[in-house]
Amino acid sequence: MKLIFERGKKGQGCTLLPPCDVPEVELPVPMRGKKPKLPHVSENELSRHYTELAKQVHGVNDGFYPLGSCTMKYNPKVNERAAALSGFTGIHPLQPEHTVQGCLEVLREASQMLCEITGMDRMTMQPAAGAHGEFTGLLLIKAYHDSRNDTARTKIIVPDSAHGTNPASAAMLGYDVVSIPSGPDGCVDIGKLKEAVGSDTAGLMLTNPNTVGLFDKNILEITSIVHEAGGLTYYDGANLNAVMGLVRPGDMGFDVVHLNLHKTFSTPHGGGGPGSGPVGCKAFLAEFLPGLLPVPADGGLCMEAPEHSVGSVKAFYGNFLVVVRAMTYILMLGREGIPAAAKNAVLNANYMMQKLKDIYPMAYDGTCMHEFVMSLEKMKHEIGVSAMDVAKSLLDYGIHPPTMYFPLIVHEALMVEPTETESRETLDEVIAVFREIYETAGKDPRILHEAPVKTYIRRPDEVRAARKAVLRWSED
Amino acid sequence: MKHPENLVYSRSHEWVKFIDETTALIGITDYAQDALGDLVFVNLPEVGDEVTSGEPFGDVESVKAVSDIFSPVTGTVAQINEDLLDAPENLNEDPYGAWMIRVEHITDKEELLDAAAYIAFYESEEE
Repeated sequence: MKLIFERGKKGQGCTLLPPCDVPEVELPVPMRGKKPKLPHVSENELSRHYTELAKQVHGVNDGFYPLGSCTMKYNPKVNERAAALSGFTGIHPLQPEHTVQGCLEVLREASQMLCEITGMDRMTMQPAAGAHGEFTGLLLIKAYHDSRNDTARTKIIVPDSAHGTNPASAAMLGYDVVSIPSGPDGCVDIGKLKEAVGSDTAGLMLTNPNTVGLFDKNILEITSIVHEAGGLTYYDGANLNAVMGLVRPGDMGFDVVHLNLHKTFSTPHGGGGPGSGPVGCKAFLAEFLPGLLPVPADGGLCMEAPEHSVGSVKAFYGNFLVVVRAMTYILMLGREGIPAAAKNAVLNANYMMQKLKDIYPMAYDGTCMHEFVMSLEKMKHEIGVSAMDVAKSLLDYGIHPPTMYFPLIVHEALMVEPTETESRETLDEVIAVFREIYETAGKDPRILHEAPVKTYIRRPDEVRAARKAVLRWSED
Repeated sequence: MKHPENLVYSRSHEWVKFIDETTALIGITDYAQDALGDLVFVNLPEVGDEVTSGEPFGDVESVKAVSDIFSPVTGTVAQINEDLLDAPENLNEDPYGAWMIRVEHITDKEELLDAAAYIAFYESEEE
């Protein structure tokens, strides 16, 4: 397709402003020596450009989107309705607090609800997404150790099944990352954890349910091993959808939590944001939280920085309208609806797993949580059809592929997370597609090697894209 | 898949070519490059860095994942193969020509396998 710069021609354009009815003023000494190269397109060309872009994408509004570890659940339209209210959209972050009391109330109530769900005491809405939340959470851990002059704690422990962002966030803060192996059951190897902790342990980062979709039953022992060594415990909220309203990270022994409102709390996800990664903590860490927090004052609310705040991690109050969407979601579901959603997410995943495990080997036996991991290693070995081939074939059926080649500890992994928002009928259709692909692979693997054939583009050359990346358009 | 007889191999799929008692070239095996897939990025240590047997000295990135490369020996990095930084595909095309680092003053090494033992090792691991 054409880029916007390749559409239209000089002289075309959109008339957005009325004719000037005041004398023109030349701005003194422009900061920019050269005029920016802007596209010259008429309004209908512009509209067609975006429509054509929209035709090439696949979102939850287009079809099934079982991207493991990403919780691509449906975003109820009522969330959008609430976030579009003019009282929320027509504000400025610097306007006087007494004129935006309703918005401050949203920040306070949403954080109270999310604290209740996670078992935390205070929360910041500032971080813009998950990895940003991880970084912020680790900042709190570092600030805590520093405040006690306990500066020899230089290591963060991360299990080998962790999201790549965990070790990356720790490294960003200058921590040394210690990777501990998972046991054959996919859970933390307690013996190895005991060997790894010590007076140099700053903390542990963990998801539970973990990255292979299993609830680690030793979680209380795990968090107490770290605490006894003087370290703190960080809960990566990526998989909260499986347990929200049922088990609280705070009760599992975690000190800091980040959430992905764009996963668990049904705000739009993917495509570059905006996301929201609030960070909650136990009371003893609250003095270090970043940004400004709503506190009661003169019968209303005002925004105040915690006493030993680590500073700001984003401008003002984070992505406020995302918080409005998440709060709407929580209020719509209520006390019964939140745990019911989690239970349905787990039920849907187990249903699909049971209906597929006779032909697609599962990486781990037993009951899964909100997602399951299959390993296509045998299929690749025997008939030369890889996880990539199956994923590409799903595209021809209008299904977004599951997460591929992750977690790294499972070879030829496909990680499926159907979420609670899909009906049994949809799941049955998708199961039938998976079974059909398996049969096709057995009969004629070449068909899968060729897939996809119905998409806008076939298989992009990922290697060339990585080695010779073209990141921006230029005239020549 | 080929594994030259004049090299020794680690269980984490690196090859070692001893030039003398305390100097060696290190790279990744044909088996490793095949399992990783097309490599798009290589991270190497700097000359003068200490490497320790069993610990990572660098990493490689394929379109699938980033993987640590472990040092089979303890010593000092005397030279790195800078060509790889611009041409990581050399590791795929010529894994035994595309050495990654040259280590000097080797004081320790892990138990290394000859070609036959290495093949037996990864075949048993696959089962």
